[in-house]
Amino acid sequence: MDETGSSDVLARYEPLVDDVEAFRAACRRPLPSAVRVNTLRTTVERAPRALNAEGIDHERVAWHPHLLKLDGQSGANWPYVQGWLHGQEEVSALPARVLDPDPGQRVWDACAAPGSKTTQLAALMDDRGLVVATDDNLGRLSALRSNTERLGATSVAVTNEDARVHSLSPFGEEPYDRALVDVPCSCEGTVRKNPDTLAEWTLEHVLGIAGAQKGILRRAVQATRPGGTVVYSTCTFAPEENEGVLDYVLDEEPCRLVEFDLPLASSPGVTGWEGEEFDPSVARARRIYPHQNDTGGFFCAKLEVTG
Amino acid sequence: MGEHERDDSEDEDGTGESPTNDGHRFDRLPATAEERVVPDRPTRREVLDWWDERFGVEPVVFDSHTFWERGDGKIWAFREELATPVEIEALGMTFLRTRQEHWKPTMAAIQRFGEHATRNVVHLDRERAAEFLAGRDQELDWDGDWGYLVVTHDLAGRPEPLGVGLYVYGELRSQVPKGRRRDLDG
Repeated sequence: MDETGSSDVLARYEPLVDDVEAFRAACRRPLPSAVRVNTLRTTVERAPRALNAEGIDHERVAWHPHLLKLDGQSGANWPYVQGWLHGQEEVSALPARVLDPDPGQRVWDACAAPGSKTTQLAALMDDRGLVVATDDNLGRLSALRSNTERLGATSVAVTNEDARVHSLSPFGEEPYDRALVDVPCSCEGTVRKNPDTLAEWTLEHVLGIAGAQKGILRRAVQATRPGGTVVYSTCTFAPEENEGVLDYVLDEEPCRLVEFDLPLASSPGVTGWEGEEFDPSVARARRIYPHQNDTGGFFCAKLEVTG
Repeated sequence: MGEHERDDSEDEDGTGESPTNDGHRFDRLPATAEERVVPDRPTRREVLDWWDERFGVEPVVFDSHTFWERGDGKIWAFREELATPVEIEALGMTFLRTRQEHWKPTMAAIQRFGEHATRNVVHLDRERAAEFLAGRDQELDWDGDWGYLVVTHDLAGRPEPLGVGLYVYGELRSQVPKGRRRDLDG
């Protein structure tokens, strides 16, 4: 399996997976490209018509009315230019749906670039309310800016800062109703798109980035009003970056994990890993393995701020 | 309308160099001239009037948007109220350039609000729209005003606002910013 000569990272997760062979096989298959229909600009009826007129084959994704699987690249066609489409992998469309913001709310996207989820949040809110999009990387923010412009979102305010010390002062010091914490991670779940991901994997990186993830999720809980919702997500299988981060923040901040429905097959969060026991409520988080729905890998948790 | 300088340097994200001391923060446009503090800063009233006069876009279209300036004459549209000034990277969408004598809407603003335009709108067929999107100029029969036009084309059976063209001397000059140009087959 290991053509790169690197250590076999995925073997580490075999004890967590129900069907090891299917998991391995799915991770080897390339992922088809998908696009999200931008409802700020068009409808789920008109976008496929435009693709048909261009002769671009596409297929609806069963679980999400705004997602289409495409044949080939997503960026070089008229509906894309017109801001009707945005390239976005299937599982990447999940956390904004779980956050489920309403029009008029105040929402924070803590690790926002390149803006796929930011613009999805703005679309779910019908471009009404406030979406604060934060990223610490100016180059990636420039990609976010071109996406918000092309997709026609006017409710997005962009800040360039470390999310761990995010300041509410430009926004009247008022807490958010909702926060999306889709953190940078070791990205093992994107192996079907970027096979090199595993070659660059080290445990030191996982543990280091877990520290940053804890800080970002803590700040999100602090910046969200009591009764508000925080969604935490990654595209890694590593419990250190998933349940381990939740376990830490449950101890440090006033919040609890809540159950939620997913339109895709998934497995519960794991309550222990390599000798460490986590808070039992981390089982309310959901793990998505590539073989379960023929997607990328993903992790998603929904928290309610309690105080 | 006299000589026009093509603004190839337009950066739709507004992060390019800014010639004034306003370049690092957003200041809300004053509602009217009476409330103006910074000389030459356009007012909300002037911006609404300009869209109305130039393109027939009625002021009510912008009722939910606030207007902000960052840098000299770079106007942004934002779907919320915030206390002015705001020191962040971006606030809504780049919207309008008011530094030159002739004000110029951004491609993003035309795609977002151009459907409400009722005059100074030119409709291109697919072949011409492809030339326009590629950033190329083209000869055009146009009886209307010189200056900035809303360029539309048909997509999925209906006209859609695509971008900004500058009509001068019998020619439609594409104003599509470099980063958004594409060579698509007509």
